[in-house]
Amino acid sequence: MIGRDLLGIEDLDRDEIERILDTAGHMCEIGTRDVKKVPTLRGRTIINLFFEASTRTRASFEIAGKRLSADVINFSPSSSSLKKAESILDTAKTLDAMDPDAVVVRHGVAGVPRRIADVLDAPVINAGDGAHEHPTQALLDCFTVRQVKGRIDGLTVTIVGDILHSRVARSNIHVFRKLGAEVRVAAPPTMIPADIEPTFGVKAFTSLRESLEGTDVVMALRIQNERLEGAFFPSVREYSATFGSDRAKLQYAKEDAIVMHPGPINRGVELSHDLADHRPSVILDQVRNGVALRMAVLYLFAGRPRAAAVAGGTG
Amino acid sequence: MTRILLRGGRLLDPGDDTDAVCDLLIEDGRIVGRGNDLRVEGATVLDVAGRWVAPGFIDLHSHLREPGQEYKEDIATGGRSAAAGGFTAVACMANTHPVNDDPATTDFILDRAEHDSPARVYPVAAATKGLEGKVMTEMAALVAAGARAFSDDGKTIMDSGVMRRVFEYSRLVDAPVITHAEDRTLVAGGVVNEGPVSTRLGLPGNPGLAEVVHISRDLMLARATGAHLHVAHVSTRGGVEQIRMARDLGVHVTAEVTPHHLTLTDEEALEFDTNAKVAPPLRSADDRDACRAGLADGTLDAIATDHAPHALHEKELDFREAPPGMIGFETAVGVTLELVRSGELAPLEWVRRLSTHPARILRVAGGTLARDSIADVTIVDPERAWIFDPAKGFSKSGNSPWAGRALVGRATHTIVGGRLVYDLERGILT
Amino acid sequence: MTGSPTQSSEAPTRAADAAPGAVPGTAVGSDGAAARVLLDDAGIRRSLVRIAHEIVERTGEPELLYLVAIPNGGIPLARRLANDLREIADLVVPVGVLDTTLYRDDLLTTGERPALRRTEMPSAVDDHIVVLVDDVVKTGRTIRAAMDALMDFGRPRAVQVVGLIDRGHRELPIKIDYVGKNLPTHPGEEVHLREVADGGGALEIIVTAAPGAAAPPSGGEGEP
Repeated sequence: MIGRDLLGIEDLDRDEIERILDTAGHMCEIGTRDVKKVPTLRGRTIINLFFEASTRTRASFEIAGKRLSADVINFSPSSSSLKKAESILDTAKTLDAMDPDAVVVRHGVAGVPRRIADVLDAPVINAGDGAHEHPTQALLDCFTVRQVKGRIDGLTVTIVGDILHSRVARSNIHVFRKLGAEVRVAAPPTMIPADIEPTFGVKAFTSLRESLEGTDVVMALRIQNERLEGAFFPSVREYSATFGSDRAKLQYAKEDAIVMHPGPINRGVELSHDLADHRPSVILDQVRNGVALRMAVLYLFAGRPRAAAVAGGTG
Repeated sequence: MTRILLRGGRLLDPGDDTDAVCDLLIEDGRIVGRGNDLRVEGATVLDVAGRWVAPGFIDLHSHLREPGQEYKEDIATGGRSAAAGGFTAVACMANTHPVNDDPATTDFILDRAEHDSPARVYPVAAATKGLEGKVMTEMAALVAAGARAFSDDGKTIMDSGVMRRVFEYSRLVDAPVITHAEDRTLVAGGVVNEGPVSTRLGLPGNPGLAEVVHISRDLMLARATGAHLHVAHVSTRGGVEQIRMARDLGVHVTAEVTPHHLTLTDEEALEFDTNAKVAPPLRSADDRDACRAGLADGTLDAIATDHAPHALHEKELDFREAPPGMIGFETAVGVTLELVRSGELAPLEWVRRLSTHPARILRVAGGTLARDSIADVTIVDPERAWIFDPAKGFSKSGNSPWAGRALVGRATHTIVGGRLVYDLERGILT
Repeated sequence: MTGSPTQSSEAPTRAADAAPGAVPGTAVGSDGAAARVLLDDAGIRRSLVRIAHEIVERTGEPELLYLVAIPNGGIPLARRLANDLREIADLVVPVGVLDTTLYRDDLLTTGERPALRRTEMPSAVDDHIVVLVDDVVKTGRTIRAAMDALMDFGRPRAVQVVGLIDRGHRELPIKIDYVGKNLPTHPGEEVHLREVADGGGALEIIVTAAPGAAAPPSGGEGEP
């Protein structure tokens, strides 16, 4: 049913997404045990190939792999060593020769996990490629919503922040739409991607208040200071005033609306201090669920026997 | 005395609007006559029944990479690839290493071409020194050395003051200034067309606006200075519209469009294939249609390939790092014949845009099969079905979205100065 | 849920243990082949009552008992067994559910990844007498996997096994402490516990031929 690689939510259908979420639900229980380990991927090797630095996602994948008893290797080519002449595919092929059971790839440019998957035998899991997709983040986000709300169908989800440069936004748009939610995006006009409404079937807002009216989920994205240089917005102060969420602005949302953030949070910018730490924020649930979700992904995708993987084809 | 008789082909001569089946006689490098059932002694006879016979195709825009980047291509291999594509002449851009901003480099290129290239090579010299967009080049000396036009192609002259001076000065030598119109501050790192595709892929978008803004600017400067502006690789509807309006106002502007902008769209990049990465980028279906209409109604004068070879290891880099560009000499005929088959262009008009107009724009001989004109002739089999395999091509590089694809239409003979330099059966003839 | 068999907890000798389109956790009977009832609800009840008595007789410290059901078939059986233990001996025995899928020894040799099932252990297993409850025991691999899982939960004082049906064809040295019925079967056949269609919770053990094989022979297999 599921293809060989997990490159993006765009490639998954609703059944496949629900299968991953259901599996994650079972994996949660393992985190409550004393011995948080099962032997499922014992003797299997998972390589974290992170071209872009990341502590949280990498640690999450590492814990997930180890809880499944896999051997997890971290491989982080530093950006200085990746000279223009050195091909990413060379790096990937070198790793493939070590016979890994899964390669988890993060890269600053969209499309790299896909190119790597084209040349590897091992399954490839996208841990974030440029502004394109971050499937495990979106899956853990919607898993969290499903956990709290019981369902996704019919919900309204509002994603606030630099949509243009955000892979978390894109993957979440796909996952929530596929599961039947209505998705809204809110951002300064400079950060709304071209033609986003017809391309993704979402409603775009430049007014935070309007985007929050009657919404069930508020997902705040991290704003990056680098975007100041590209003249995308004038100052953190102004961003916070116009698009930062706090309890007052949350009044426009449904009474039982929840607040999410992929982390790390710029406190006082995207979210006020008290929203970051207290209910209705489910941010810590997101982190906790991240390990279970990534265990589910590794269980379903890693370690497939070569013959079956080839028969299944690429995802 | 060498004679070649081309027998039974469909003669397409935009020079006098001939479109008829008849024979063509070449003698000692010149066209000497045409007629039906010519009988000539001592002539090599080429039976070209069912084929089209046209004045030699001239490519206004190519990158031969020599001097400096011979691992991608050199004048010998580029020239052979051009001849195999049916081109009897190509203009090559100045973004070599060193830049062709000096008569010595122009000289070197011409010398290489003379010895190694079956096709004629017309160097386009840089408009500014080192392509830095600050100080203009010695246009008179460069023209004397053999440069035919000036261009900073590969880069854009961002400083409008400098651009103005370049246009003004070009009137001294009466050579076209060819512009790569892209406002770099609007491009802002974009690698695919800004639109649904860039939104879906999460890749930085390069808006059509960047081209339209600069085409407008250059048109206004050309209008004010009276220079001959030639707009390279137009890719947007807005660009075509601007050129059309300016033409109506009497601006001396000509323009070219590439085979890929006439037939492909930005969706080509949806699989992250870097062979679809090109500058300006492949655009929307609407832009493509506007370019086709513009070529048909004459707003865009010529088809030019922008043949841009890159090595495999360079195209294997990620989508941001991979250099933009695709090879194009050998696929141009097969790809652009699509517009003839669709009825948008009559065969004679297609030939005009590949031969007559480029000759006029560069102010070189060619584009006609009139008596006494130079015998640069391209023979095309418009029905020939084939699969483009870059490994079998003559270019050193294989970066093309058409690799492995079926095409219909191919050059079967290329004659330069009365000498057969290429035929499909035997390849390049030295 | 009418007439759909609860999924056998035995690791199958073939790849997918659920037909395509099955909801994870339940199983559709193998392509509608003729199913024969080996043990009806009354027979199941009798066996469980007898087993409950046996457990009480053999256990010196019945207050340490802890029933652990192996999904899916073991779950209704463990509940009934807990009821029987309460009625017979006034014992309140905790009932846990322990999915063994992640401990299987054949996970990486089969094509599709099997769906995971529920695990709920209401209290610690340390120092308890854990009684694993499964509907059908065949190769013994599921019981082996269950013991590995149990060890990750703690250190039981003892582990015993209730198997309602013992099919034989053991591949590991696993013994069943409390057997409902010994049933010789062809290794290619499938034996399941399922709820009776419109039966109001009644259970039955059915045997179906392996897909493609002939229907199982009619005529009783005999009581142990």
